[in-house]
Amino acid sequence: MVLRPIRVQAAADPIDVNDANYEVSTKARSLWADAARRFFGHVPSVISLVVLILVALFAFTGHFFAVWSNAEIDWSVLGNVRVAGAPSLETGHFFGTDDLGRDLYSRVVQGSQISLMVGLVGAGIAVIVGTLYGAVAGYFGGRVDSIMMRFVDIMLSIPYMFVLILLLVVFGRSISMLFVGIGLISWLDMSRIVRGQTLSLKEKEFVEAARAGGAGHFTIILRHIIPNLLGIVVVYATLLVPQMILTESFISFLGLGVQEPLTSWGALISQGAGTVMYGTLWQLLFPLFFFIITLFSFYFVGDGLRDALDPRDR
Amino acid sequence: MLKYILKRLGIAIPTLLILIVFSFVLMRVAPGGPFSSERPLPPQVLANVNAKFGLDQPWHIQLWEYLVGIITRFDFGPSFAYTDRTVNDIIMQGFPVTLTYGAWAFVLAVLIGCALGIAAAVRHNTWLDYLAVGTSIGAQVLPNFVMAPLLVIVFTLWLGWLPGGGWRGGQWPYVIMPVIALGTSYMASIARITRSSMLEVLSSNFIRTARAKGMPATHVIVRHALKPALMPLLSYLGPAFVGMVTGSVIIDVFFSTGGIGQLFTNSAFNRDYSVIMGITILLGALTISFNLLVDILYAWIDPRIRY
Amino acid sequence: MTMLEVTDLSVSFRTQAGTVRAVDKMNFSVAPGQTLAIVGESGSGKSQTVMAAMGLLANNGEVEGSVKFDGRELIGMKSGDLNKIRGQDMAMIFQDPMTSLNPYLRVEDQMVEVLMFHKNMKRKEAIDRSEEMLKTVHLPDPRRILRRYPHELSGGQRQRVMIAMALLCDPKVLIADEPTTALDVTVQAQMLKLFAELTDKFNTALIIITHDLGVVAGLADEMMVMYAGRVVEKGSVDELFYDPRHPYTFGLLHSTPHVQQGRDRLAPIKGLPPNLTNLPPGCAFNPRCAFRFDRCVKERPALIVREHNRLSACFYEGEMTEHDMEEDLVHDREKDVAAT
Repeated sequence: MVLRPIRVQAAADPIDVNDANYEVSTKARSLWADAARRFFGHVPSVISLVVLILVALFAFTGHFFAVWSNAEIDWSVLGNVRVAGAPSLETGHFFGTDDLGRDLYSRVVQGSQISLMVGLVGAGIAVIVGTLYGAVAGYFGGRVDSIMMRFVDIMLSIPYMFVLILLLVVFGRSISMLFVGIGLISWLDMSRIVRGQTLSLKEKEFVEAARAGGAGHFTIILRHIIPNLLGIVVVYATLLVPQMILTESFISFLGLGVQEPLTSWGALISQGAGTVMYGTLWQLLFPLFFFIITLFSFYFVGDGLRDALDPRDR
Repeated sequence: MLKYILKRLGIAIPTLLILIVFSFVLMRVAPGGPFSSERPLPPQVLANVNAKFGLDQPWHIQLWEYLVGIITRFDFGPSFAYTDRTVNDIIMQGFPVTLTYGAWAFVLAVLIGCALGIAAAVRHNTWLDYLAVGTSIGAQVLPNFVMAPLLVIVFTLWLGWLPGGGWRGGQWPYVIMPVIALGTSYMASIARITRSSMLEVLSSNFIRTARAKGMPATHVIVRHALKPALMPLLSYLGPAFVGMVTGSVIIDVFFSTGGIGQLFTNSAFNRDYSVIMGITILLGALTISFNLLVDILYAWIDPRIRY
Repeated sequence: MTMLEVTDLSVSFRTQAGTVRAVDKMNFSVAPGQTLAIVGESGSGKSQTVMAAMGLLANNGEVEGSVKFDGRELIGMKSGDLNKIRGQDMAMIFQDPMTSLNPYLRVEDQMVEVLMFHKNMKRKEAIDRSEEMLKTVHLPDPRRILRRYPHELSGGQRQRVMIAMALLCDPKVLIADEPTTALDVTVQAQMLKLFAELTDKFNTALIIITHDLGVVAGLADEMMVMYAGRVVEKGSVDELFYDPRHPYTFGLLHSTPHVQQGRDRLAPIKGLPPNLTNLPPGCAFNPRCAFRFDRCVKERPALIVREHNRLSACFYEGEMTEHDMEEDLVHDREKDVAAT
């Protein structure tokens, strides 16, 4: 609420204390409109958002521009990848070829799809499972809460990367197993954050009012608690996406993730890194470029969202 | 305090047990494992496994044997791939390597990260601060598997200063790049955490009190701000430790150091289940004990926590 | 004789919304044994005034003007020299005893460092002196208190520790920033009694910052009322209480419960304190003022001397009664003003 003069020049007239000369501006903007205004006022966040949109466009429409498919081998470059396989517009290998003579452009397009998918699906599972789990634990509190959170504590103190690898080894390497594995661990942190927020939300008057109005527990959780958690969930989900991408890349770097002919940023970086010694730097740098700008952008967008939705620091 | 330690142990011990049981069950149900008859194992291995677990025994007896072996004798059983070696032999071969560069990376990341974070906070909004912030943002997207090849490009391919891999008994040129590749992103995170908590502490009321008392700036920082500023860092050390343990797998594979991570991935490809399990449980125990240690340290340092 | 003399002191802060002037051209002084109260709502700049004097402003704060302690200029003084004055000759007590003591250090450690630094005492000697000082502020069992961490003490005990800590070096000037706000009412009364006793005993010049007129009445000799970063009225406590000349002072007095007079109802000042980035034209108080007329919106009244040592910044010269604060009358009277 801001007091501000609206009709200063008219001060010679009798002044009406009630409302004439000063208006109390109480028009409340909605939280989300306010947040959007703050977010779009922050240049790095906006640039990062644009970069993310471009990367997504590249990943999902890039194959229309490809000359070669991602599995096709260009026999003409084989044996001379260092020279003939270099990036060039003439050969149609915009990003060059990998050491097997496959078109790197198509492979990066395809790898971007997988990596982004893993990131989004992983974060999606985290949002759904983590939010529900955390909200239920926080809302009911007491014994339910301590048992549920003890379980999360235990899960969190397991070195999950090793367990994930164990799962992949035992049940065979496949993209679906990777999703299951990443989904299993991604929601843990989210549930802790949501629980903490729920603990304070459930003491608020509107929850009390809903309870007094006879609403059931799950109605209160779904209608009153979760909508009020959305801000923090959105922020945290944005920061989770790069973490999921990192996890997948890690696994794929070790050769335990996505299997050929499918690929991902981690797998491409791994292959590129393996051939660095032969002077085919582009094989590392192209996938690395997309990997880095995407991670960067997600972190910046996440930070921007946090500042926009939680303006306490200002 | 004792009650608090017992409570933490009450989480740590079940966690470890769950990890062991989970690994064992996975191994039992694994297709192509020694307990299934899909894959013919070398007779010597089969004999070793039989001697250890008793293949005709029901599974809970086998699990019991495995658990007792680990807890009382630190014995992870025979390898499923090598006829003449136990899991312990294999682990002991790689563990010292990983421990060497891992410890270096951890200690350096904490020391440099702290120093950078504190300096940035104290010189808030100066070039030093911007440098620290810039580095930590940059390093956030440079995880170990990105750092490692980039380091090789620069120091091996271009400058030719350092060997691109190998270990040679831990001679220092072979240790440098693994340490940097493993430690950098954690160093950056530590710097970021220290900086922001130091900034918060420096703007707190009790620091204002200390300044109002006329205490010199260095005294204010060292005596009044340091301890509270390092508390959030302490809680990050657990995750950082886990991250470095995990990251060592990448380092071992990429630099062919022969460390535990390389053994782990080799076993993963060989389906040497008992080695994978052994390593998982060992590293699990390590991280769980480390977290326990950090928790106890936290409670010990913060006078407000008394359980 | 003055101990602390503040001349044309201004404080501004660089913020994202531009430069905000939190304090504008303050002038005041305090003499030994004298107590000055600075009164105002939150955001009126009363705390920033003393923070500036102590060199404790936030990083984005800028100071202009002069603060002289015992004839020595403090603004722009080297931090090493300033540190010899702070805590020794000028000490400060803060609003919130919960957060103003370091939670990680024992009371003992926080007290002895003052003596070890300023008086070059040995630790042993400093502990004895600290214990003595805790006794002076009426803390029972001081030896045990010294071994405690702040969170193990009650709010009142902590504030007494703060006061004892400030008095360790017998300061010539003591600044107390809302020293009683965070405390229970019963403890508040004890604290005020303690302050009165201590200024008397040590002949300290005391500056007390508060929004509580009860505190002022019980403790201060002189008072200064601030609004939106400026002094609007200044004079002796008795004069200001019985004959306020600024409508804001008047409003403050009438919005304070008073035991003796037993008013039926309080008359709060309408509206909110102004936003410092966007002050109303003319007198900053005019949107909330019951006595304003057209001049108030056009011109800013200067702080001028009324009689003997009284200052006020207001154009209105007429009588002020509680009756005037009632809305319909205000409205009618403004019509009269406009008609003349």
